[in-house]
Amino acid sequence: MQLVTAIVKPFKLDDVKSALKDLGVAGMTVAEVQGFGRQRGHTEVYRGAEYQVDFVPKIRVEVLADDADVDRIVDAIVDAARTGKIGDGKVWWTPVGGAVRIRTGEKGHDAI
Amino acid sequence: MDTGNTAWVLASAALVLFMTPGLAFFYGGMVRSKNVLGMLMQNYVAMGVVGVLWAMVGFSLAFGDGGKWIGNFDFVGLKHLSDVTTKLPGYVKVDHAVDLSLTIPALAFCAYQMMFAIITPALFTGATADRLRFRAYVLFLALWSVLVYSPVAHWVFSPTGWLFKRGALDFAGGTVVHINAGIAAFALILVLGKRKGWPKEAMPPHSLPLTLLGAGMLWFGWFGFNAGSALGANQLAAQALMNTSLAASAAMLGWLIVERLKGGHATTLGAASGCVAGLVAITPCAGFVSGMSPIIIGFIAGAVCFLAISLKFRFGYDDSLDVVGVHLVGGIIGSLLLGFFADVKVNPAGFNGVFNGGGGSLLADQLVAVGATLLYSFVASLVLAYIVKAVVGLRVSEDEENEGLDLSQHAEQAYSMAAAGSMGRIG
Repeated sequence: MQLVTAIVKPFKLDDVKSALKDLGVAGMTVAEVQGFGRQRGHTEVYRGAEYQVDFVPKIRVEVLADDADVDRIVDAIVDAARTGKIGDGKVWWTPVGGAVRIRTGEKGHDAI
Repeated sequence: MDTGNTAWVLASAALVLFMTPGLAFFYGGMVRSKNVLGMLMQNYVAMGVVGVLWAMVGFSLAFGDGGKWIGNFDFVGLKHLSDVTTKLPGYVKVDHAVDLSLTIPALAFCAYQMMFAIITPALFTGATADRLRFRAYVLFLALWSVLVYSPVAHWVFSPTGWLFKRGALDFAGGTVVHINAGIAAFALILVLGKRKGWPKEAMPPHSLPLTLLGAGMLWFGWFGFNAGSALGANQLAAQALMNTSLAASAAMLGWLIVERLKGGHATTLGAASGCVAGLVAITPCAGFVSGMSPIIIGFIAGAVCFLAISLKFRFGYDDSLDVVGVHLVGGIIGSLLLGFFADVKVNPAGFNGVFNGGGGSLLADQLVAVGATLLYSFVASLVLAYIVKAVVGLRVSEDEENEGLDLSQHAEQAYSMAAAGSMGRIG
């Protein structure tokens, strides 16, 4: 089992969600996050004083997946989130030790 | 007694009171989220402290019959003010052209003036944001209201005061309110010091929507401030109301144009700040000018105040939300431009300025009024700041400043991340 984590542009969240639903993914978790990679931040001006803002708002999407599904899920996210401009984000996956569905107690594959 | 005039002054009192919450939100939006309740509280507590003090002694010291420097104790505890026949000293018919007699109850006048006394020291809070101890603020507020606001109000507003008698004009408080509070705020921050991390650390506004809401409340309430100062529902009130709104409009444009030219963007904070700068500048002029004069005065105030707010970076004083740049500078601009634009045809109780054939005598009197207010308020406020510092300490501790005023001074949070489940009752 793997945890697929994607950092995407906020306005791409809907496209990513639709693509994952089309694949039959049963659930996901999203959070508003901030960070920076190669994309630079922006400047803000308040009463003439300029500020450099390094962190850019992004959305983090997390999906639990069977090993066999990881490639399809990652490809779907990459396709849905790509604009071709800097700041499109990143996707990575890491092994997961286990998972339990709290309501039923189901474990492993059944908990996904 | 005139019921129409009384009705307008009573309504104006309510409008002016509403400006203090407006100021609270104007400033509250500009501070960081950990300090917003501290800011709101410092403004709201002025409605508590100054209201009580005004009824006890403040009004009597400002408008009592004590000679040209200060009032007396005739009206302490609102004495005589429940009697509708009570007359206030100096408000009499001067000659066939000028009649200062009040056509409203003295009590209505006292209530109306109370709202001015409340908002004036609340203006400090913008300069001292994020670091002033609550108890120090309350003590300074109380002392300043009685020892600085009341005397200066007497000098300028009361017909028995020395600046009024001299011929200096201030329709609604350019000197008494804005210069007085602006220079006092400056004195206070000289003793208080900078915010930790200023000017290197970014301290951006946490909610500009709150600031714009507050600016709208201020503009709305300012009609009571300026048009109410006609003390009647008449042509002069209409003129003052029109002047007030036009100055705010023009100042917003003046600020935005200079901001756009210098910084590249017209900002919402600039729009809010610009209209307030115009409202400040037109305050002394509102009942003495007409025609397009308020547009010129407002435009100048908007443009100059925008440039003035950069002074704090050059000279290194942390006037956090630009009380000096907007209220002190705007008040001086309005008080001095009145020496040029005043027109006796608008108000027979006024004088002609330079542009209306009056020569420089009004301008000279305006300079004296501005200078006297600056000098007295600065020195007295500096002394009071040192006294308060010695008695209770002015600043919060470094830990408290990091934590924010909301938690450290009031044990509350404006925007709690804690859901109900994470908060357990312990007392």
